[in-house]
Amino acid sequence: MRRSVQFLLFTAVSLTLFLLLPLHARHAQQHSGSQIAQLRRLQLTDLCLATEARYTRHPALADHHAPFQEHPLALEHFPSGSLILPSLPESDKP
Amino acid sequence: MKRALERHLNILEFTLASLLRRKAKNLSLLAMYLLVIFILASLQFFVTALKREAAIILSDAPDMVVQRLVAGRQDLVPARYAAEIANIRGVTAVRPRLWGYYYDALNGANYTIIANDDPAIGPERVSIGAGVAKARNLAVGDLLPLISYDKAPVMLEISTIFPSNSDLIAADMIIISPGDFRQLFNFPSGQATDLAVMVRNPKELPTVAAKIAGQFPDSRPILKNEIQRTYQSIFDWRGGMTLIILASALFSFIIFAWDKAAGLSAEERKEIGILKSIGWETSDVLLLKFWEGAVISLTAFLVGTVLAYGHVFFLSAPLFAQALKGWSVVYPRFQLVPVVDVYQLAVLFFLTVVPYTTATIIPCWRAATIDPDAAMRY
Repeated sequence: MRRSVQFLLFTAVSLTLFLLLPLHARHAQQHSGSQIAQLRRLQLTDLCLATEARYTRHPALADHHAPFQEHPLALEHFPSGSLILPSLPESDKP
Repeated sequence: MKRALERHLNILEFTLASLLRRKAKNLSLLAMYLLVIFILASLQFFVTALKREAAIILSDAPDMVVQRLVAGRQDLVPARYAAEIANIRGVTAVRPRLWGYYYDALNGANYTIIANDDPAIGPERVSIGAGVAKARNLAVGDLLPLISYDKAPVMLEISTIFPSNSDLIAADMIIISPGDFRQLFNFPSGQATDLAVMVRNPKELPTVAAKIAGQFPDSRPILKNEIQRTYQSIFDWRGGMTLIILASALFSFIIFAWDKAAGLSAEERKEIGILKSIGWETSDVLLLKFWEGAVISLTAFLVGTVLAYGHVFFLSAPLFAQALKGWSVVYPRFQLVPVVDVYQLAVLFFLTVVPYTTATIIPCWRAATIDPDAAMRY
């Protein structure tokens, strides 16, 4: 088989897989079970993304200065603190 | 039609042979390009799926959470606040919430402990997240030993372990009865961690919040839309993790594009000169270079995106999970429900494939339009 035909076949397979991604995602969303009722009743406000510091575990409920409040000169030192930024008031947003 | 197709096939054949002649250079280029697309697409899938999860969870969040501040720190809320807030017009329900953090000295993990008056959680019974069960090697029916703030052991029987597909909500969660919660933390009666407030008309939320802040100057009402905004900013392209990864990926890509756009190597110029001298048209040379760019960029885009999908949704994004884990002992397995944002994929395509292909054609067009003799002597 010519190299160009081999390449076109490879591209066709990759393209088919690529086009199947949205279909697979839609299928998975339709079949994803609803959240556990017991957890829904808790009226939770945060995702469990990082558990090392309370301001990265519950960023929505933490104070803006939480990373620095251990003592007046404390620097924020948890690794996840550099990934999950504190929430900014609307007026401070760029 | 058939002739045009044959011409394209022939030029593609020549392109592939030409790319394979400089195998090491082109394979490393393809690998780096694929990596850039893979990281950007993974990030996009990860963030979009997390946004969806956050939206689902926040749809159940209370309309407003009322905290109390003492000297700038969150403090316990007296029960009378709940009764008085419930009397504000428009407020339909006020639920004092009891929750806190428990540091497990055995393994250095932090758990989120939430009190729930659900009859399913009886006294001395507990529901735990899969992360807690894994960290302490526990099964349903086992006893979970905790140490109360009085230094007395509290033994709770595990009635439920939440499945790992709820990890994004409950990996570190321990749900116990209010009585056990107060015993564990020696929590004063008549106080709550915060108040969950439900308001009949969402448009009245700012008014109700202003009334609460006026009535209780030490309170801090957090509206549902503020919580949603927090998560928007966390997952925003400009924020935190996304910015760090995006910046490094984009810089590498810009270097690639610059390298290509800056000009051709002497060998490539010579090749164009020879092709023109043996009768290739300028359009043929441009088509050749178009195919060269397209072969690399299209392959990198398609394969990179498909691999990114597998990385995020089938392998639970191990690259990003490592970054988010930090020093956490209990961490969720990111079993995300797949989401594909076609618009964002289209943006990724137009920001990577199109500029790269264009960047390969322009210097070639310059070389292909000059005299073959001059091109060969260049």
